Amino acid sequence: MSKTFFIHATVALSILAGGTALAEPKVPVRLPDFKLGQYVHKAPTLEELEADESIHPELRKVILYGYDLFMNTQQLRGKYVFNEMNCRNCHLGEGRMPWSAPIWPAVTTLPNYRDKNWQVNSLEERIAGCFSYSMNGKPPPYGSDTMLALVAYHQWLARSAPIYESNIAGRGFGSVPKPAQEPDYKRGEQVFMANCAICHGADGQGRRVNGVVQFPPLWGDGAYNWGAGMSRVDTAAAFIKHNMPLGQPGRLSDQEAWDVAYFISAQERPQDPRYEQNAEFTREKYKNFHGRTLYGTEVNGRVLGEHANTGEKPFLKPDVLRARTFNLDDES
Amino acid sequence: MPKFKLVIQTLAALSLGAHAATLPAAGDPERGKQTAQVCLACHGPDGAGMSAANYPRLDILDAGYMAKQLRDIKAGTRQAPIMQPFAATLTDQQIEDVSAYYASQSATVPQPPEADPELMALGRKLVYRGDWDRYIPSCNSCHGPESRGVGSEFPALAGQHASYIESQLRAWKDGTRHNDPLDLMLAIAERMTDEDIKAAAAFLAAQPAE
Repeated sequence: MSKTFFIHATVALSILAGGTALAEPKVPVRLPDFKLGQYVHKAPTLEELEADESIHPELRKVILYGYDLFMNTQQLRGKYVFNEMNCRNCHLGEGRMPWSAPIWPAVTTLPNYRDKNWQVNSLEERIAGCFSYSMNGKPPPYGSDTMLALVAYHQWLARSAPIYESNIAGRGFGSVPKPAQEPDYKRGEQVFMANCAICHGADGQGRRVNGVVQFPPLWGDGAYNWGAGMSRVDTAAAFIKHNMPLGQPGRLSDQEAWDVAYFISAQERPQDPRYEQNAEFTREKYKNFHGRTLYGTEVNGRVLGEHANTGEKPFLKPDVLRARTFNLDDES
Repeated sequence: MPKFKLVIQTLAALSLGAHAATLPAAGDPERGKQTAQVCLACHGPDGAGMSAANYPRLDILDAGYMAKQLRDIKAGTRQAPIMQPFAATLTDQQIEDVSAYYASQSATVPQPPEADPELMALGRKLVYRGDWDRYIPSCNSCHGPESRGVGSEFPALAGQHASYIESQLRAWKDGTRHNDPLDLMLAIAERMTDEDIKAAAAFLAAQPAE
């Protein structure tokens, strides 16, 4: 206790000593505090990669290729990516930032069991999940150059992090407490028009410069599909609260974040690749996931996700999305 | 490019819906050329501006962006003591016309003197990658690829005079400029050090505008 007080006192003194240099910012970055005992990771930067002579030049090249794919995933459009998303759209700050779903924990916590597909997943399979859902695409083949480069970039960011440590500061997008009022479409629309439309467009379809996406669409064919983590209302609320508008974490109230997340999540998007029979059936089968989305429910007089639209993607389900059997006969 | 701008302006006009009847007609560059007679002493006939005097380059800017700045300066919501008396004399239609005129120009601006390589490296980093450990997103993430602008909200920066970029970032930082939507620029400007501001401005000024 006395030690904690001492630290607080020291911080307070140093702030006073700093005087005007530490003037209260007009737009503060408001993020949750890390909890006591959590592992706080300082992901390395590209400058450190360039300066690290222990890295073989060939490896550095592969890591940098992975970085390039991560930042400009649209270079895979029509091959592995069938919408207008880039990895960096959800994983802000080059995939390094807490509360922006930093990507390095996938390296230190996988292989592990995932509720999403009820089986043990490798890092490559986790990345394949992003391609199948968030990119509405077809994952690069396991072991391919593209997959290797992405894995290498993930692993570089995890440098020095403890393996299997699961109590990680700023993992995922965090969470936002349920607000006083039930999330509401109309209120959400107002929040959207006031805070999001300037970049994402009044119609949510994003903006392009010379045909290249600048601000991503949030629904419709160019956006993530119904199987993406971002289609869960609580996940979208946390992403928005802790990341949006760009550079202003914590600007929106909890109520505004939930309302606008509800509004965005109540729009149509490409079909869930796991679709079977109909949206209600699929919702029921994947209840642990869709219990948090509006998929297969009726909003404004229509059942969301009840359609055969797969967006730009000329198929529903990528071949690699399959159940593991651990039957060695299947591997021939 | 002009065609793209026209589409954006039309969309902007349509989105205002009910007010459309009272809005000025779309800017006419030919009429704007006449209005520009009062501008060219400082901004030049082609909108090249004047680096030493901190007069911004205009030809790289989107017409809708310029028109909003003129309206803001006229109304006093953007402080610009030298510019204010000129903006005050312009009608809404003249604002649209003169903005359309300068947006249609293509100025020849001399390459700025070579800056310190370390400063340029910091500038490149801020423009392309930002500095997320200080919550500074890259310039390009809003101002577009190569920071050549996005629509009427995010102005082109590439090829703008370094002195002008610096002065505006400082104006946001000290609170004298605040006509950005949602404090988008304020939030970032106030996290930038003097060194960051100098570096970003020097790098952007050295980039080709088109």
